[in-house]
Amino acid sequence: MLKDVTIGQYYPTGSVIHKLDPRTKILFTTAFVVMLFFLNNLWGYLATFVILATITLLSKIPVGYIIRGIKGLVLIIMLTVVLNLFMTPGTVVATLGPLTVTLEGLKVATYMALRLIFLVVGTSIMTLTTSPIDLTDGMEWCMRYIPFVRRYAHELAMMMSIALRFIPTLMEETERIMKAQKARGANFETGNIISRAKNLIPILIPLFISAFRRADELATAMEARCYRGGENRTRMKQLAFEFRDGASLVLMFVMIVGLYLTTWIQIPLLFPV
Amino acid sequence: MTMDSKNRMIDVQDVYFKYPHNNENESVVALDGVSLHIEKGEFVGIIGHNGSGKSTLSKLLNAIIFPTQGDVMVSGLNTKDHENLWTIRQTAGMVFQNPDNQLVATIVEEDVAFGPENLGVPPQEIRERVDRALAVVEMQAYAHQKPHQLSGGQKQRIAIAGILAMEPECIIFDEPTAMLDPSGRREVMETIKRLNRDKDMTVIHITHFMEEIVDADRIIVLDKGKVVMEGKPRTIFKQVKRLKEIGLDVPQMTELAYELRSAGLEIADDVLSIEEMVDALCQ
Repeated sequence: MLKDVTIGQYYPTGSVIHKLDPRTKILFTTAFVVMLFFLNNLWGYLATFVILATITLLSKIPVGYIIRGIKGLVLIIMLTVVLNLFMTPGTVVATLGPLTVTLEGLKVATYMALRLIFLVVGTSIMTLTTSPIDLTDGMEWCMRYIPFVRRYAHELAMMMSIALRFIPTLMEETERIMKAQKARGANFETGNIISRAKNLIPILIPLFISAFRRADELATAMEARCYRGGENRTRMKQLAFEFRDGASLVLMFVMIVGLYLTTWIQIPLLFPV
Repeated sequence: MTMDSKNRMIDVQDVYFKYPHNNENESVVALDGVSLHIEKGEFVGIIGHNGSGKSTLSKLLNAIIFPTQGDVMVSGLNTKDHENLWTIRQTAGMVFQNPDNQLVATIVEEDVAFGPENLGVPPQEIRERVDRALAVVEMQAYAHQKPHQLSGGQKQRIAIAGILAMEPECIIFDEPTAMLDPSGRREVMETIKRLNRDKDMTVIHITHFMEEIVDADRIIVLDKGKVVMEGKPRTIFKQVKRLKEIGLDVPQMTELAYELRSAGLEIADDVLSIEEMVDALCQ
């Protein structure tokens, strides 16, 4: 199950997209996600599809890998579709017992499904093509321009990178604790949801205790290495905007404007405008 | 402060340290009037039973904690003066026991860069320092790996590189081999000894493994917060009975020689290594 989640994973291929500055990618993804919610006809979604398909091809990430990322969200997408399909009032096109499908419902359901899929694909392309370190560095830079968040930009980025560093360590630890508890006769495989959840307690408690101990030791080790927050701190790797970033930014701007222009198209595609 | 303590790497002057106790007003005395000094370039082993105060001592040397009474001087700077704090932590680096809980970054070279980044070293110089430090611990090939893909011994060598990149004058090792397997232990000990021998680094090595410090310049034995013995490894280890009384081991060969002597065999009482044992037996 956990293997299916591609959001937040890094898939190095060394493509042009991978080489872009993380800030360029963060900026584009943000603009893209906002734009997704402005789209009001299928022309826009068609254009979005073309843009995403081109970026995916350029990134050299296997299409199957990206589709797998959507699979984890099937349930949420289905739920959204079903709710919108039956709950939107309007012109009835079909009835299924007490349930009615309206034309408006069909339209909203399609848009919502496409929106969610493109949202997931768009953001996972960003994380798949950007190493966690670059991503946190890029985010730290972006956060410096957001009021209120600005003061904590360094701390937030540091927290994120420590979390990333400790995910594999804590996963290993969980596995070790599970084995230890199994050896003592614990049962994690059978029983209903409630008893299974209860069975997790002997895993969670040792895991929490050890996580706090680790945090304490890590904090001491960081202080011993002269860590004192973001003030006067330098970085070995500097983010550098290059020509390709400038070119991509121009392209990005054109694409976003293009997407916005589709909302003006009056020719119906599948659904009446 | 005398002229003497200015030139010394570390000077601990009659230090007491009390830990506040949980519920009552009592406190636990971890260090009970400790005085010791460490010269530049020395390799000093510190041994002691659990609760002897050796970890407390190591944290005092790095200004992580401060003495309740007495002074700790690092390179002539008193750890009690707040303005000295960062200089002291940079001068006396510290490597801890658990390799997992001292690596901060997701990539090896980023972790080595962490210290110099905190010191505000310019990026280009950090790059050079990181490459140099990784070369010293022979881990250049792993610069772009993730820490969790490395073995325990390799992680400890990265931790050492992280300290070296801060260009300290002295490194305190707080049981760095305690959680490693024998091969990891060997890797780390070779690195530590090489640092002392080739780079003239002052090394303070706290350990449970007596074999690791048989060729130290000096050994300090702590018991119940006090320095109870101090001297060359040979003179310390031949006092087998006394060491056993305070719950410590001696190197295997020293112990064997001790047993042979008590069984009536004429053999030197200061045998430290297998080679020396062979020599002693073949006479």
